[in-house]
Amino acid sequence: MKHTLYVLLQNKPGVLSRVTGLFSGRGFNIKSICAAETIDEDVSCLTLVTEGDENIIEQITKQLHKLIDVIKVHDISDGDYVEREMVLIRVKAEAHTRAEVLRVIDIFRGKVVDVSARSYAVEVTGSPSKIQAAIDILRPIGIKEIIRTGTIAISRAGKNK
Amino acid sequence: MTDLTGAQAVVQCLREEGVTTIFGYPGGAVIDLYDELMNSDDLLHVLVRHEQAAVHAADGYARVTGEVGVALLTSGPGATNGVTGIATAYLDSIPIVILTGQVPTPLIGNDAFQEVDIVGITRPCTKHNFLVNRKEELVQVMREAFHIARTGRPGPVLVDLPKDLIKSIVPFPERKAIKMQNYQPTYEPHPVQVDKACRLIMKARKPVLYVGGGVILSNASEELRALALKLDIPVTMTLMGLGAFPGTHELSMGMLGMHGTYTANMAVAQCDLLISVGARFDDRVTGTLDTFAPNAEIIHIDIDPTSISKNVKVDVPIVSDCRMALTAMASWFDREPDVSVNYEKSKHQEWFAQIRTWMEEHPLTYANDESDIIKPQYVIEMLDQMTNGEAIITTEVGQHQMWAAQFYRYNHPRHFLTSGGLGTMGYGFPAAIGAKMAMPDKIVIDIAGDASIQMNIQELATARQYNCPVKIAILNNRFLGMVRQWQELFYEKRYASTVMDVAPDFVKLAEAYDAVGLRATKKSEVEAVIKEALATDNTVVMDFSISREEGVFPMVPAGKSTTEMLLV
Repeated sequence: MKHTLYVLLQNKPGVLSRVTGLFSGRGFNIKSICAAETIDEDVSCLTLVTEGDENIIEQITKQLHKLIDVIKVHDISDGDYVEREMVLIRVKAEAHTRAEVLRVIDIFRGKVVDVSARSYAVEVTGSPSKIQAAIDILRPIGIKEIIRTGTIAISRAGKNK
Repeated sequence: MTDLTGAQAVVQCLREEGVTTIFGYPGGAVIDLYDELMNSDDLLHVLVRHEQAAVHAADGYARVTGEVGVALLTSGPGATNGVTGIATAYLDSIPIVILTGQVPTPLIGNDAFQEVDIVGITRPCTKHNFLVNRKEELVQVMREAFHIARTGRPGPVLVDLPKDLIKSIVPFPERKAIKMQNYQPTYEPHPVQVDKACRLIMKARKPVLYVGGGVILSNASEELRALALKLDIPVTMTLMGLGAFPGTHELSMGMLGMHGTYTANMAVAQCDLLISVGARFDDRVTGTLDTFAPNAEIIHIDIDPTSISKNVKVDVPIVSDCRMALTAMASWFDREPDVSVNYEKSKHQEWFAQIRTWMEEHPLTYANDESDIIKPQYVIEMLDQMTNGEAIITTEVGQHQMWAAQFYRYNHPRHFLTSGGLGTMGYGFPAAIGAKMAMPDKIVIDIAGDASIQMNIQELATARQYNCPVKIAILNNRFLGMVRQWQELFYEKRYASTVMDVAPDFVKLAEAYDAVGLRATKKSEVEAVIKEALATDNTVVMDFSISREEGVFPMVPAGKSTTEMLLV
């Protein structure tokens, strides 16, 4: 089963490699990983999506917590939460498809971020399933490049505290 | 706050931590530290002959004293040579601090001479490691390194020190209690868990205490003994736990697992309650997991939450220091109004009788015929007898290690030093040097094989330089014995690369290092050789030519259930 972990870390060189090294060294799987500074510049936040049964997730959580530079680990998929991902897609946009691409992007509340004679680069944000849906619809038109951020997530207020 | 050079600050930090002995090997990146050590008569630096040995010696020092061992290595190859020692300490949770030199900060990342990313290399085999980037951090990092190494589940911590930093002037702030927001190990057991555990014990008719290295690391032997005796619970120990409970006590069933005793493995297989204290259900202990303690409820005491339910699902986990948990459990039985300790004891007598029967039917034994061939087990028994079981024994890895575990009866903690987790050949001799430097009044014997001893034989020079009269007992079968045994049993005696017929004359080799070499080729010579070795105030190498194809038994073949033991 898929789990989304929220991990707070010391914002120091090499910390991310401690986390990824732990996953590779112990044979755990990372589906996506997304890291950035928090409001406190000494602390970074990692949203990590992984897979496994209850025992594996328990080991992952404990092993992460054992890393000295890890401050907090929370399995936010334990409760109610919101997750978001962003994707940048360069899609073919030739005379007969330009309007169609714009219509699709509009349905997904996306934006065009770059235009050229033969393509658009578009931005879509939303849940990972919405992103996947946008990709699936655009694929027949002709996708040239996809860059996904990986998932970030936040718990809903008052539900897990 | 005073200012010191980086080198002075490092040495001052070592003093603050109470360090008196360090093991190391110099090089360009640490030359300033060595220069400073020359000014420090209160710090003994032991010059080894290979960096791996420095780390093993620091490890041996830590295991016998319970204090943090320290190794000092130079950058690049000095540091990489230390990695096996670091991994050895990591797998056995031994508190050591490894200081490595690093190229000057501006050169880091340039593939400079003798540069290696040792922090990257040792990330998976240290409890934590640091590259000191800024001179303001140096002192705090040193203090945190010792704090992390010795607290919680202990382990090796590496501090990488760039050369420019060691030469520069650094601030030396006053020492304060270390508080790390993100590192706060749990020591005290949760009373609810203690209560649950004790109630399980009251329900049990056939309990077993399964104890590991955690009992030794937390100095919990007295508390373990008190609980076992209070309730008459038989005890089995892992390789790392030997000495945690007296091996000669009637409640001791000896070691369990792959080369454990018949009694210990049968008891675990049939018990209705397994109380694991500071052990981690290693595959060498459990055999196939689904047949391990199949009828038992399990209590697991461990300071490391990741150890709990990693391999075996447990019923009552207690995350805490072993000593505190055992104390809390003993006092629960004293305190609880409706509990009679004598009644609890009486419930275990039938079980205890069964255990005694197993012990009598299948004791640890070997074919000790009347011929004059030396049986390795006999050598260990003689060492045990002639040192009254009071020596500190270190081992390398292989058959001799298992015989040393089986036939020397350890009555005290911190008297058996062996690489249990990583299984490092070459560990025993440098560890013996470390142990002897820490405990000069103890007899220290490295029980070795003819293959293992050659992995760090160069340390004879170290032992001689520091007049360190450790004894080495080589059980010489001219084979890489344990692998040969597997080949005999499971590979149709195809002895691929395990025949060690080309070996030095160990007696002459000892003499070449100005140590003493002794040899026994007949059983009748063994006693005299040991006697002379113990009476000699020098490093002694004893070369025992043992029966070549002797096996270690009982043996649970890898991947089998622990009740499927091959007996003698």
